[in-house]
Amino acid sequence: MVRSIWRTLDPSVVRNVSPIALTAFVTGASFGAIAVAAHIPVWLVCAMSLLVFAGGSQFMVVGIVAAGGSPIAAVVAGLLLNARHLPFGLAIGDVLGEKLATRIIGSHILIDESVAFAMAQGDRKRAKAAFWTCGAALFLTWNTGTLLGALIGQVIGDPNRFGMDAAFPAAMLALILPALKDRVTLRVALLGAAIAVATTPFLPAGIPVVLAALGVVAALPTREKAVAA
Amino acid sequence: MTLAVVLVLAAGTYGIRFAGPQLRNRITVPKRVQMLLSMAATALLLALVAVNAFVPGGKFGGWALIAGVAVGGVAAWRKVPFVLVVVLAAGTTAVLRLFGVM
Repeated sequence: MVRSIWRTLDPSVVRNVSPIALTAFVTGASFGAIAVAAHIPVWLVCAMSLLVFAGGSQFMVVGIVAAGGSPIAAVVAGLLLNARHLPFGLAIGDVLGEKLATRIIGSHILIDESVAFAMAQGDRKRAKAAFWTCGAALFLTWNTGTLLGALIGQVIGDPNRFGMDAAFPAAMLALILPALKDRVTLRVALLGAAIAVATTPFLPAGIPVVLAALGVVAALPTREKAVAA
Repeated sequence: MTLAVVLVLAAGTYGIRFAGPQLRNRITVPKRVQMLLSMAATALLLALVAVNAFVPGGKFGGWALIAGVAVGGVAAWRKVPFVLVVVLAAGTTAVLRLFGVM
């Protein structure tokens, strides 16, 4: 399977994955530094990045625990933030392959970026290659970044000084832009995003993004019209 | 922060990630539903963009962040290479912050 991925691997995928992988490295380093500053041992910080591999929830859990919150509340908050991966898996699960072994490995690298990269491809073969390339590259850079940040700590400073917090949404937007050319998809996505932003002040982090799936109601009228016609 | 916290978070997150592809593999999804699922996933991704651009961490994220994402968005729309989109977004936000825009 690895061979078939390399054969279908578009050089543009590698080129496009690179800046995201670099962002993950810098963000991973800042996570490592913040976690160590919160008195978490280096080995545990690295174990967290290897085993959880979900940046947002890692920052959140470390933040809650460091602020004196209960570990149970921290884990619940982290899992809510990661709930979106279930619908992502439902939508693009087929790119993980039919074999159980590839699904077991692939599930671990099912992250926002690999999902967006897979969805941005025209056909299934390229989607598969993009998913695995992006997932594997980010797994590598997120974890090496974490280790470096945990070791050299405060030297890095706030990554947002370099605008790292703008890199992630901009990259995701660039990846979904082609799909938004479809008018129905655009209506669905805009409604979903509006629901998410509007509910963010009132709901625990993560839930608003999942609620964005309700945007599909904007796709239903076209079916009624089609039926009527 | 203990190993137990990490292990429970890791196991739960993995379970969430594994469930989607597993369900998808077990059932045959009609074409229409498949299309709606893919639209819903795009909506989730745009929601991630919007939340991270406007209200990261639950509060207003500041104009420098919004401007950076907007510049990246316009660049992507004008078919600027992806690498440059990311650099322009981060660069805009970084420069604005350097000049004290919050």
